[in-house]
Amino acid sequence: MMTDFVVSSPPCVTIGNDILDIGSRKARRQRGDPMEMLPSASAMIGAPGQFDLPAVANPAMYCRSHFASVCGTGDENQSVKFAKGTTTLAFKFQGGVIVSVDSRSTMGAYISSGTVKKVIEINPFLLGTMAGGAADCSFWERNLGMECRLYQLRNGRRISVAAASKLLANVMSSYRGYGLSMGTMIAGWDEKGPQLYYVDDDGTRLKGKMFSVGSGSTYAYGILDTHYREDMTIEEAIDLGKRAIYHAAHRDAASGGINNLYHMTKDGFVKVHSIDVNDMHYEFADERANAMAT
Amino acid sequence: MSYDRAITVFSPDGHLLQVEYSMEAVRRGSTVVGVQGKDCVVLAVEKRAIAKLQDPRTIRKIASIDDRTVLAFAGLTADARVLINKVRVEAQSYRLTMEDAPSVDYLARYLARIQQRYTQQGGVRPFGIATLVAGVNDDDKGVKPYLYQTDPAGTHSRWKAQVIGGRNSKSLREFLEKQYQDLKEDDLTEEKCVRLAIQALSEVVDSGAKTMQVCVVRQGGLKEMLSESDIQAHVDLIQASMDEDKKTSSDE
Repeated sequence: MMTDFVVSSPPCVTIGNDILDIGSRKARRQRGDPMEMLPSASAMIGAPGQFDLPAVANPAMYCRSHFASVCGTGDENQSVKFAKGTTTLAFKFQGGVIVSVDSRSTMGAYISSGTVKKVIEINPFLLGTMAGGAADCSFWERNLGMECRLYQLRNGRRISVAAASKLLANVMSSYRGYGLSMGTMIAGWDEKGPQLYYVDDDGTRLKGKMFSVGSGSTYAYGILDTHYREDMTIEEAIDLGKRAIYHAAHRDAASGGINNLYHMTKDGFVKVHSIDVNDMHYEFADERANAMAT
Repeated sequence: MSYDRAITVFSPDGHLLQVEYSMEAVRRGSTVVGVQGKDCVVLAVEKRAIAKLQDPRTIRKIASIDDRTVLAFAGLTADARVLINKVRVEAQSYRLTMEDAPSVDYLARYLARIQQRYTQQGGVRPFGIATLVAGVNDDDKGVKPYLYQTDPAGTHSRWKAQVIGGRNSKSLREFLEKQYQDLKEDDLTEEKCVRLAIQALSEVVDSGAKTMQVCVVRQGGLKEMLSESDIQAHVDLIQASMDEDKKTSSDE
């Protein structure tokens, strides 16, 4: 529409062949407008270079110097620091995979939320956990969900957990140095049985039986390593997942809130419980009192 | 204006003439017969006479594209080389990303996609080849042999038995259909499939092991190119049974 168009250069510059092109993107591109030289962001979401990048000369350097404390370059007094203030854990056992997370979100010393959903349900047979930058985790895992669905439509069967985690790791790898912050575990059940992978923002991808990610992970590992057995029953496994999060939340300031626990079975995942860690404190205190009394 | 000049132009009656001409190039190629059995797939190709000074070992019409998949083509050899290379790279790329072997239908779909792309782009011509992609997927659901055909238009479809290339592919297909009518799926052992493929091929080429190349893909992805003596043995048996039939019909 003519009213929206601001003439910044005199009409002697060729706009295009058609009067209808005035004010359009094509005309701006022909004039060499720097903003229009970039391909549109909707063209290829998820591919590097196809995003709207910061409008600076060297976007990678900009991200590295301002955001990248978690990208292996060390602490350089960045303006924005992502600390993976959370506790998430997952482990495989004979009955499937247990995924147990807390729900606290912190901005420095301020607890911004006690009810964050740190488990993302990618599809009925794939779960992803969230640690690090919430936006990065939730966006890229939802993007992964889209890729998984496309795979299913194109190939007539569900994607394997190995392939899904590989797709995510490849994306992380191609954005290396751009300041993404994500530490996630992809848990699922496919033809090869229960599977668990850890995927990181620098493209690390590890297959394993047990992982814990976040600032409270050390406390969780203490509990997990002490009591984990491959042949646990489902009840024992659920109890272990619950306990590990409780202990991490008890000692780590950046973890707390509600423990969301999921169990991945061969028929898909089941949301087992959502228990406030403070209630667990009293439950375990009673337990300890009873144990000491006997 | 002639409608067969540029690839991107439809003719007034809805044909893409360049695509149809490329199918004609396929017809000029040598014949390939594919037969799918209950746990194997057989590909038999016609070996055209080559010059005396040419090394026959460098003429390979059956190419391996992955551990469990082979491909035979009919049409322009150079085009086939390019396409086979593309699909080999894709198979490895799939293995790298998915940590698993690509299925036969994935590779056939990929081939078809490439062939179609070249019918809808400016400045390029279609690939002048049709392919038969054969492989055996085995997973927990059991052994599944696959035979797919792609053509220059970019379509792909699954077949129980198919013929590509050569002037007589239509009559050969009718021959195969007739044979298939009497056979049940469970009957199709490897022996029977090889026999059927060689029998079909013998209808259009001079009978004899020297004019054929036969490849069998089995469960577990094992491929075998049959030796000349094996092929000759089958040819002899076919000849013998044909003579029997002639004798019994002349006795009546």
